[in-house]
Amino acid sequence: MSGILNSSIARKVAMALSAIFLLIFLLQHFLINFTSVISENLFNELSHFMGTNILIQAVMQPVLIFAVVFHFVMGFILEAKNKSARKIKYVSYNGGANSSWMSRNMIYSGLVILAFLVLHFIDFWIPEMNYKYIQFNPEDPTRYYGELVHKFESPLRVGAYVVSFALLSLHLLHGFQSSFQSVGCNGKYTPALKAFGKYFAILIPLGFIFIALFHHFNH
Amino acid sequence: MNLTLKIWRQKDANTQGKIVDYPISEVSPDMSFLEMLDVLNEQLISKGEEPVEFDHDCREGICGTCSLQINGEPHGPDRGVTTCQLHMRMFKDGDTIFIEPFRANAFPVIKDLIVDRSSFDRIQQAGGFISVNTSGNTIDANSIPVNKHDADKSFDAATCIGCGACVAACKNASAMLFTSAKVSQFALLPQGQVEATDRVMNMVRQMDLEGFGNCTNTGACEIECPKGISLENIARMNREYLKASTK
Amino acid sequence: MATLESKIPQGPIGDKWTNHKNNINLVNPANKRNIDVIVVGTGLAGGSAAATLAELGYNVKTFCYQDSPRRAHSIAAQGGINAAKNYQGDGDSTYRLFYDTVKGGDYRAREANVYRLAEVSANIIDQCVAQGVPFAREYGGLLDNRSFGGVLVSRTFYAKGQTGQQLLLGAYAAMNRQINRGKIESFNRHEMLDIVVVDGKARGIIARNMVTGEIERHAAHAVVIASGGYGNVFFLSTNAMGSNVTASWKIHKKGAYFANPCFTQIHPTCIPVSGDHQSKLTLMSESLRNDGRIWVPKKKEDAIAIREGRLKPTELAEEDRDYYLERRYPSFGNLVPRDVASRAAKERCDAGFGVNATGEAVFLDFESAIMRYGREQAAIHGNHNPSDAEVRKLGEEVVENKYGNLFQMYEKIVDENPYKTPMKIYPAVHYTMGGIWVDYNLMTSIEGCYAIGEANFSDHGANRLGASALMQGLADGYFVLPYTIGDYLSQDIRTGKISTETPEFEEAEKNVQGQIDALINNNGSNSVDHYHKKLGKIMWNKCGMARNEQGLKEAIKEIKELREDFYKNVRVTGSADSKNAELEKAMRVADFLELGELFAKDALHRNESCGGHFREEYQTEEGEALRDDENFKYVAAWEYKGEPSDAVLHKEDLEYKNIELKTRSYK
Repeated sequence: MSGILNSSIARKVAMALSAIFLLIFLLQHFLINFTSVISENLFNELSHFMGTNILIQAVMQPVLIFAVVFHFVMGFILEAKNKSARKIKYVSYNGGANSSWMSRNMIYSGLVILAFLVLHFIDFWIPEMNYKYIQFNPEDPTRYYGELVHKFESPLRVGAYVVSFALLSLHLLHGFQSSFQSVGCNGKYTPALKAFGKYFAILIPLGFIFIALFHHFNH
Repeated sequence: MNLTLKIWRQKDANTQGKIVDYPISEVSPDMSFLEMLDVLNEQLISKGEEPVEFDHDCREGICGTCSLQINGEPHGPDRGVTTCQLHMRMFKDGDTIFIEPFRANAFPVIKDLIVDRSSFDRIQQAGGFISVNTSGNTIDANSIPVNKHDADKSFDAATCIGCGACVAACKNASAMLFTSAKVSQFALLPQGQVEATDRVMNMVRQMDLEGFGNCTNTGACEIECPKGISLENIARMNREYLKASTK
Repeated sequence: MATLESKIPQGPIGDKWTNHKNNINLVNPANKRNIDVIVVGTGLAGGSAAATLAELGYNVKTFCYQDSPRRAHSIAAQGGINAAKNYQGDGDSTYRLFYDTVKGGDYRAREANVYRLAEVSANIIDQCVAQGVPFAREYGGLLDNRSFGGVLVSRTFYAKGQTGQQLLLGAYAAMNRQINRGKIESFNRHEMLDIVVVDGKARGIIARNMVTGEIERHAAHAVVIASGGYGNVFFLSTNAMGSNVTASWKIHKKGAYFANPCFTQIHPTCIPVSGDHQSKLTLMSESLRNDGRIWVPKKKEDAIAIREGRLKPTELAEEDRDYYLERRYPSFGNLVPRDVASRAAKERCDAGFGVNATGEAVFLDFESAIMRYGREQAAIHGNHNPSDAEVRKLGEEVVENKYGNLFQMYEKIVDENPYKTPMKIYPAVHYTMGGIWVDYNLMTSIEGCYAIGEANFSDHGANRLGASALMQGLADGYFVLPYTIGDYLSQDIRTGKISTETPEFEEAEKNVQGQIDALINNNGSNSVDHYHKKLGKIMWNKCGMARNEQGLKEAIKEIKELREDFYKNVRVTGSADSKNAELEKAMRVADFLELGELFAKDALHRNESCGGHFREEYQTEEGEALRDDENFKYVAAWEYKGEPSDAVLHKEDLEYKNIELKTRSYK
């Protein structure tokens, strides 16, 4: 890995490609979750498919884990490298004059998202793995909706959820357009892409928050 | 106007520097920022103190010699100008102004506010040229028409004055805007195609060797660039690099 | 008095250069590897010469005081570069470019050199385009041209308002390619402080490393001076702050003749001086005169009212304005050559019609251009009954496209919007036609020492046409010197490496060290700028746009006194062994203080008016320059003999076989 990722541009492109993959994952994750608001059955069906399909479980799941880990590890490496490119700091530094808060603080929004993901792993993924592959419980295609609703009972968890997605929104507000810029997309379609990115960055996390609040208050 | 200047003083590359306060009075709003520093230096000399060293030459915004991080921004608060074109009318009576050198590991301080930007030269030496000998027998200048749109874009990239504001502004001290401007100038012209692969690979390698940070697309460089070099150039260089890597 | 050997080749003018190239000696490629050349200055001339010499195989060392070769002041040239390409089919030719240049120079340039310049001009454009210089193009993809002062064809190639920067970056790129190959070693932040002459031949230089203060010896088989002009002798000029005469002056002191020092160009369109704090002047490209109309009020009371801010220039009726260039020179109008335009502005301001607080400014007005372009655009867009506001808006867009960056620069500096109110401009020192005397091969009167670009005197006579400086710098560097220097170096193939451990180097280094120590230890009370500003005042007032016998005599005396005072009372802070801007300035001003006196002496001896040299005693009844071809049709080359007042005059007679000597007229 170190060989191809020796150049700054290669690292940047790799970071962007993992980001674009995660954006797509996020979108499909949102779409499936959102069905829970519309129809219990549809949500159970889709969740069942995702949870048992061999392609998803054996291929996409490891790819996703790799992408997540890679994106975080690379993020830390880049942050460390970038910080050390200016050993003597400015006494007076006015970053707000020329760049957005989001773009300068991707590491912090990223860290909050990481904390959330750890929580999500403990909360969802580990029990799920335990349920399916360790205890070998029989598959119950109707269990998903109930579990989801149960998750959103605790106001504490819902609160953490809301905060995390707010920071995800900030992360995406810079990250969406940035990942396209990194892979070389910048031209006459950029304004449209930027606008789309802005909607994406605000609406998707807002949607996740909506789902959480919906179930919290409706049950 | 009366101002308080907080200026970075550093004897040489090997000595530690520090911020020193200098009050200055009777500054005219019509002065350029550097003329204000001239006045300060004149006062320091008359007191027998060493004047503040800063880089400057053409004082009309084109040579790229002047630098200065002013109140946390390269070339100060105005847009589209270098420090030599920044005028004191941008400041108010009673202001405190921080004046520091451009900071990056790849721009070591020489003295006071002067930094060594030869890393930029080395990036250009690695491939920022078209290999054509001077012969007097090159083909006629009009034998290869160039689409006006591309020619104009190439010119826009070529307006980079190599001042280093992009590096100074970037939170990562990245030199991507500078390097990409040169890569773009040639990538957009038919003359530049022959060496395109080697050029981008060699220039990026040198850029990395010099110790600049990575680009994280904050866009600060584009905002602070006195010549308005566009981020499009960075995207273009990324494309060129990807294209070259697959060859 | 000795006559100077100009070494102009025999034969018809059109064949001289070709024949000369065919007959001079060449150096075998294997031998070029053993020959070293030093190039001082990395602007268009020095940069292009260094790159070309390295391509040929010589080992080149370049020196510049800037932190990078790319920053040389050629970068500031805005308007363009001339070349006899005749792409516009408007009747241009090598001969016409040659003719315009000699005429524009008021018949004080050397015919053979100018013809060669015109001949190679087309190659420059080919070369630069091949290097990737992004010249302006038309929609068809071919190169665009514009027109400049003093000519009737469109032969100027340009890259918006920064042709100089683009051409210099081209030369710098060519240099970079050779640095990458190891053929050029580039010494930046280095200042040449003396030349070393061994057995009558230039064999190296002494340079100061401006970062460490170290005094270094560098040897070579030939030395090329490309250090630009000496306009900063006036303190305020459009030159860069660091532009200096030191390299030229040091070789002058070692035997190189200095030619026509009084031929200085005062550029008509600069931003006027705003106060005592002013450190330099900013040029507004001459291309603005294509569309801008220059005027002052007709009545003195209006001028006074404008000066006092009681009247806005836009409020003044058309019939109360004096478009004095259009009035005096109907055929060329606002596009007369620079010297003529500058003098006309001074004449009006001296007569009391100046329009800014100091009374030293005239208007450059784009109003009629904006309205003309606006109406044209409205018609193109099918709007046949546009309102004034619509016309103005469309017109402003056109003007912005053409001159946007210049207008923006003006607004930043002056804080007035030139789309709404006319610009104020005034002449400022810009270029020096005079310089080191060179023969046809560009060799100075020191064997093996060459001078190219603005540093030499050869091509522009008494006045340079717009867009010709870039042309000359690149012609010398790319296409002339690399051939002619081979002829000289061919004798040196057996010389071997030049040693720096010789008494000549020893002595030169000692002298430099002595001068530095003396300045650092002087402990006077006045700053270097104090003297520089005083010198500038004397030069501007007595050797500026108009000169007379009495003023020049006073100038000579005052400069001499100022120089003596400088050595007694100057204070140079800091130490010699580190970066020290005061020391750098002091060394340069010391040389300006000598040059200034020679300048005045040259102006005093030339009892005629020609080009940029206007002697009040020698003018026609209408106030036009009165040339004296009978007595002054020569190059004045001065030999150094200690004090500037002792300089000895050598005359090179100028012969015009291909152009008829006429009184210059732009009426």
